[in-house]
Amino acid sequence: MKQIYKRPSTLRHVPLHYCPGCGHSIIHRLIAEVLDEMKLREKAICVPPAGCAVLAYNYLDIDMVEAPHGRATAVATGIKRVRPHNLVFSYQGDGDLAAIGTAEAVHAANRGEQISVIFVNNAVYGMTGGQMAPTTLLSQKTTTSPQGRSLKTEGPPIKVGELLAGLGSTTYLERVAVNSPVNIKKTKSAIIKAFEYQMRKSGFSLVEILSPCPTNWKMDPVASCRWIDEVMSAVFPLGVIKE
Amino acid sequence: MYGTHALAEAAIQAGCTCYFGYPITPQNELPEYMSQRLAEIPGGVFIQAESELASINMVLGASAAGARALTSSSSPGISLKQEGISFLAGMELPAVIANFMRGGPGLGNIAPSQSDYFQATRGGGHGDYRIIVLAPASVQEIADLTYLAFDLADTYRTPVMILSDGMLGQLMEPVVIPKPRKDPLPEKDYCVTGAHGRSARVIKSLILDTKEMEEHNWKLFRKYQLIQQQETRWESYLTDDAEMLVVAYGTAARIAKGAIKRLRKDDPDMKVGMLRPITLWPFPSKPIKDCLSTTTDFFVFEMSAGQMVEDVRLSLEGKGRVYFYGRPGGVVPTPAELARSIARRYYQMKRSRKR
Repeated sequence: MKQIYKRPSTLRHVPLHYCPGCGHSIIHRLIAEVLDEMKLREKAICVPPAGCAVLAYNYLDIDMVEAPHGRATAVATGIKRVRPHNLVFSYQGDGDLAAIGTAEAVHAANRGEQISVIFVNNAVYGMTGGQMAPTTLLSQKTTTSPQGRSLKTEGPPIKVGELLAGLGSTTYLERVAVNSPVNIKKTKSAIIKAFEYQMRKSGFSLVEILSPCPTNWKMDPVASCRWIDEVMSAVFPLGVIKE
Repeated sequence: MYGTHALAEAAIQAGCTCYFGYPITPQNELPEYMSQRLAEIPGGVFIQAESELASINMVLGASAAGARALTSSSSPGISLKQEGISFLAGMELPAVIANFMRGGPGLGNIAPSQSDYFQATRGGGHGDYRIIVLAPASVQEIADLTYLAFDLADTYRTPVMILSDGMLGQLMEPVVIPKPRKDPLPEKDYCVTGAHGRSARVIKSLILDTKEMEEHNWKLFRKYQLIQQQETRWESYLTDDAEMLVVAYGTAARIAKGAIKRLRKDDPDMKVGMLRPITLWPFPSKPIKDCLSTTTDFFVFEMSAGQMVEDVRLSLEGKGRVYFYGRPGGVVPTPAELARSIARRYYQMKRSRKR
């Protein structure tokens, strides 16, 4: 019998701890599939974030170095400069990359570091319990914006892809989502492209992934996926931002 | 050679191939030197980072990838690096950090000071850890201790700090730079290189299980005990006949040496010696305590309002008498000024002994 679907060998055979409907599990699997298919598992070094996905090293069977919150692109820079032939990527959330680690991300991008960033945008701080993130939408209610995010006092959500597009050294920036089979396939293609850019030494690449967080959005998984389509991607339009 | 340049060159001879830093006075000559020197070395990496936070985390990445990495700064910048230093300690990654201390707190000034003793010797960042702290007192010693620092960092898998100040950094003295390593750098079996033909490696400090975390803390503690046993360094100067012992480190120890020479020359009966800690952590507690067999009077001199003096008191365990003379704020007293202060205490001591 022909096997058409299997667990990628880079994905360890353990249950994932993520909440039902969380996008991290899908993204982990996509990364594992891509590393398998591109035969990059043995070259890959990942810098996981502070956040729910810090435990990525329990799931992805590749070398990993933890980073302090926000510093993943600086750590990845140090690794990549020492090991230019490896595939080095960071996996970061919106608080990690767009709040506490903005400076590190902007400057790594501006130096044109040959690294890739998997940027998971779920519009909240997930692990700490759903506080307002730099990417929280206007009037979106969170545990620290109970009246909804206000343009006047909190400003609009930061669009990381567009922000980095203005820098001369970014070569590939795309926003995708993992809320439907079609979008999941597009996400996989984007990750492949980002890794290809890196292995060709074409510069800094980032894939921004809109990802559901049903627990903190206080929605069921189906409604969460619909919310990405109907609300979130209106603010964060999907597609290639720069190539 | 300048102290900053000697540190940089010794690092390169020790096999350091990566430097990450952010400009701050009084140590800018070090990154400037490194930017040129590392460009000449195959695989050399120099990055002027966007911040101290970024630079220490680039050190973390480079160290995790197997390189010998250096960063340098001065007091306010070292405060910013503490986050990364705590992670380096928790992850047991080697790194060398040079601090050319200046007056503080806050922005303070750019004059030589010893105000970061507590920060350096108590770990500095969050969590239960220590780092090795080396305190050179000459340009030659900056070179020698920097070379040693990289070996200690690798041997014990720990951050090592070279605690110096703007005076030593800007000082020009003749120096013999240690010869480049002939033997290859020690094999590291924990670095990330890509899981090629082996299982994946994870370098982390997150340990959610409290029992595992406790065990990790005890493991670090045992390592620190070993370092205390094996790596404590100090210099004794005219201690054999000393009735009063000056305890000072770094620039302060240089001034003290000048003061002691002057005092002994002016009054040959004046038996003052010095014990100079070279490692501030591990602190030479036992050598100081051992001095109680010949003297009871200790004169601590620091370019701060009094930090190391606490370690001297702890070392003596309540015995002896400890006097303190401190000049914080970037003031560097002359040997003559210090000599007057030591002499006053010395003659007081003599008078009280007669009674």
